[in-house]
Parts: sequence; structure tokens; C-alpha cells
Amino acid sequence: MAALTREETEALIQEVLEVYPEQARKDRAKHLAVNDQSLEKSNKCITSNRKSQPGTMTIRGCAYAGSKGVVWGPIKDMIHISHGPVGCGQYSRAGRRNYYVGTTGVNTFGTMNFTSDFQEKDIVFGGDKKLAKIMHEIEQLFPLNKGISIQSECPIGLIGDDIEAVAKKANKEIGKPVVPVRCEGFRGVSQSLGHHIANDAIRDWVLENRDGDESFPTTPYDVAVIGDYNIGGDAWASRTLLEEMGLRVVAQWSGDGTIAEMEKTPKVKLNLIHCYRSMNYIARHMEEKYKIPWIEYNFFGPTKIAESLRKIAALFDETIQEGAERVIAKYQSEYDAVIAKYKPRLLGKRVMLYVGGLRPRHVIGAYEDLGMEVVGTGYEFGHNDDYDRTIKEMGNATLIYDDVTGYEFEEFVKRVKPDLIGSGIKEKYIFQKMGIPFRQMHSWDYSGPYHGYDGFAIFARDMDMTLNNPCWKQVKVPWKKEESPNVAVAAGA
Amino acid sequence: MPSVMLKKNAEGKLVFYVPKKDLEEVAESIEFDSPEKWGGEVLLSDGSKYYFEPVNAQPDFPVTLRAKRLDSGD
Repeated sequence: MAALTREETEALIQEVLEVYPEQARKDRAKHLAVNDQSLEKSNKCITSNRKSQPGTMTIRGCAYAGSKGVVWGPIKDMIHISHGPVGCGQYSRAGRRNYYVGTTGVNTFGTMNFTSDFQEKDIVFGGDKKLAKIMHEIEQLFPLNKGISIQSECPIGLIGDDIEAVAKKANKEIGKPVVPVRCEGFRGVSQSLGHHIANDAIRDWVLENRDGDESFPTTPYDVAVIGDYNIGGDAWASRTLLEEMGLRVVAQWSGDGTIAEMEKTPKVKLNLIHCYRSMNYIARHMEEKYKIPWIEYNFFGPTKIAESLRKIAALFDETIQEGAERVIAKYQSEYDAVIAKYKPRLLGKRVMLYVGGLRPRHVIGAYEDLGMEVVGTGYEFGHNDDYDRTIKEMGNATLIYDDVTGYEFEEFVKRVKPDLIGSGIKEKYIFQKMGIPFRQMHSWDYSGPYHGYDGFAIFARDMDMTLNNPCWKQVKVPWKKEESPNVAVAAGA
Repeated sequence: MPSVMLKKNAEGKLVFYVPKKDLEEVAESIEFDSPEKWGGEVLLSDGSKYYFEPVNAQPDFPVTLRAKRLDSGD
């Protein structure tokens, strides 16, 4: 199907909005837009980071998800207590597949769930005593932990527990960092505020720990990888490229990361930001306090990787710049072969994306390298600065949707008819049942890594095996099904 | 009175960042921008104006300063 024109896309948005009551229609209209590359600023066309409308099916998470699930959770040698009732931690346990090296339960704790398991009496009488007891239990059972973070769930803020006091006391008693994080789920409109709160907690409780301590030997090529959560091994695929070009990666934030790495980050020369949305706050803080510059980079697809490697190298001397060229040349035959193999099978296919905070714009380059086109994209919890960065990446007259509702997404897909959809688990089965190939772009559908040159080969293979899977020819959407002759038999059985 | 994070970009221009508003703009002009005096009215590329209390030296960028919003913008 040919691409929609600007007028058609605008008409489509109007048509989809029609079913809403007037107030909701007015609000949702601000979140849907047709891309116009001539715009410099997204606030002219789209509103973002606003409270979702009651009654619509939003796909967003909460502040606790942003702090425990995204920023703090992957720090492998700390124990993150989900402070409050048991469910928040248990139902999100290990869901993000942040890979790490270590022996779980001995020196690393990434896939385990620690909770204070609030009962009625804790709500009534407060949970501070229980929290203090838990920390000593943790020290006894897991003596190799390097610190504890307290991730608040909703009730903690509601009953007004003083977790900071408990944390300070425990810090003195056990002599390890104990970080209280006020990421109660009701704060903010999405997980985005959770990222911010988590960043602020790192700023206040972790980053200063080694100020004035110069014992860590530095080099002029020290960098920190910030905002890579090592989903399916992403950070490792990124790290190898940086190391091959001659840089020394001091810290990984926070996939496969440790608290010691975080404490050492103020000593680096440059911060490399992959997920801008969740970690730009701490990068800006380090820029101001420690005068460490930061840049954004993108390791999805060979075009963007080469662009990013050169951009990073430009901030260092010639040895690194040569290193960048060497790395690009070294992998060229590999990625050329990947493109030669998969591009003919994927050429011209159209993709719609709806993901979290960086992928709606970062993966566009990787799809384009394979000859595919992204015809619609949107963020669950992006802010306007994310959309500013998206406008130029997307084609003219493509759809942009912020905090899209289940209904809107389905209607858009029915009309735009993409060949592939990239979104999360909640969307997956709806679209598969509609007969449309689908990839989970949060967890890479249990595959990965997708970052770096190694990841690109896996990315291309995954897209091909999903799109060109023969099963899609067998699926017929219910409304296209002919009158089944078996109805009577089924009814009789 | 928003807190504004100020830094210089690669071209040496002043970049304005207001975290609470996700506002990231380049400053078009600054009333006083010399080694001896810095501050005054700042015009952003989106047309909005802010006011910084003038100081007697260039601040050490990047830095966070309090600014006064002069117009209501759009």
C-alpha cells in the first residue's frame, strides 16, 4: 500500500478521534500529529508528558517502575528492596532481562526479588522497624552485597514512613551505602518521573562518595556508558566497540553495572548517553559539578554506529579517531554481508513503532539500513525534548503519537497497514491476532543484543524471521473470514 | 523564577535548559556578555525572554542560575 499523504494522515487522526467525548477528544488531539520535518521544535505540533485520560487504555508504567525497574534494578551488586506490598516487585521481577556477570544470590542479585512484604499492621503502625530489621537480615544472609537501595512503593508515601532516617542509621551500622529512593508509584504521570527521582537519589547518595579521593588511576581516554541497561547483552556489544577504538570504559550505567563503577564515574573524561530520557539528568548534573561533557550516541544499525563512533572520536585525539576508523573498517565486511543477505528480503517493508523513551527514534536508522521504512512512531513517556530529536529522524507526513491509547493504536494500524509492528508485550497478541507480524522492542522478544555491529546481525535476522515467517499466510483476521461451514458442527459438539 | 541550567554548545553559543519544562533553547542575544559584566535580558531562539541579575564576571559554565521570565511567551 502506498504511503498516506499529509491530508490523508490528518483525516485519519480526525476520524480516530471522533469516538471520544468532546473533552477527551480535545485532549487527545494534542498528542497526535503528522510529522513535519521543517519544524525545529516539537511543541508546535505535539504535547507530551501529560497525565493520561481516565478511561483510555494507556500503556504507561509508574515511578516505581522507572526507578526500580529501569535505573536501580540492573545495578547488580546492590540489593534493591521493593519496600511495600509484595506484588510490585514480584510481578516485575527479572522482566527486563538486564544481563549481568556474577553468581546470583552470592555476589550479584539482579534477578532476585527483595521485599518488605507489607501487611495490614505495617500500614497501620508504620514499616520503619521492619525495614531496619530487613537490612540486618540482608547483611547476615548476603554478606557480599555492596549496598542496599530502598525502592518505595505507593503506601510508603501515603503513610509517611521516614525511610531516610532508617537508611542513615543502617548506613552507620553496616558501613555500606544505603540509598532511600522516594519513587512511590503515584508520583508523576509515567515512569519518567521515576527515572528523574532515581537520578536524583544517585546524585545525593552515591556520586559524591569518592570526591577528594584520587587513588583511582585515570587515563585521558576514560569514558562512562550511561543509559545502557544491557538488555539481552546490549551494553556488552556496545562496550567492545568503544574499547576496540581505544577508549577505556570505566562505568556502565546501569546494565551489568556496580556501585563502585558509579562512584568512579565523576573521574571520567566524557559521559556517553544512550538512553537520553532516563539518564540525561545525572549527565547534566555531572557536567555542572565535575565539568564532564556528555554526548548522545546511537548504536543501532551500521550507519548510526559509524556516525556515533566518529562523533565520539572527534572529542579525543588522533589515536582514538584512527581507532574509530579502524573499528568501522574492521566490521564493514560483516555488516555488508548482513545487509546483502537481509535487505532483499525486507526491502520496502513498513514499520510502526511504539516504545518507551529512546527506541522510537534510535532504531529508525537500523530499519533504514535494511531498506525498511518507519511510518509511525511514538513514546510512552517521552518529553518534548525527545520529540524535538524525533522530528528530523522521521519521514514527512508520518504519524507521531504520544501516550497512544489501545484503541487509537489499533485504528492507526488498521488504516496504515504496516508490515511489522514493534512495541511491548501488552500490544503483541492483539496485533498478532490481527495477522500482523510483531516484535517486542522493549525486551527484544527474548533475543538480543541489538546494539553494536554484533547486535545488528541479530536484529536483521529477527526482523526477517518475524516478517517472512510463513505462519502469517495462515492467519486470517476474523472479520475477513468467510462463513465457516463448520459452525453447525461446532455448535452440535 | 525557574532554575535554568546554562552551558556553551560546540559553537560557543549559550544553551538554555529548564528541566521542569523540557525547554532546551539556544540564546540569541544576551544584554551583557563581556568578561566584566554578564547577565541582563536574554532572548531565546523561540522568542521568549528571560532576565538574569547581572554579575561582575562571566559565570563558570555550565552552571545553574535563577532567571526571571519577562514575557508570558506563547
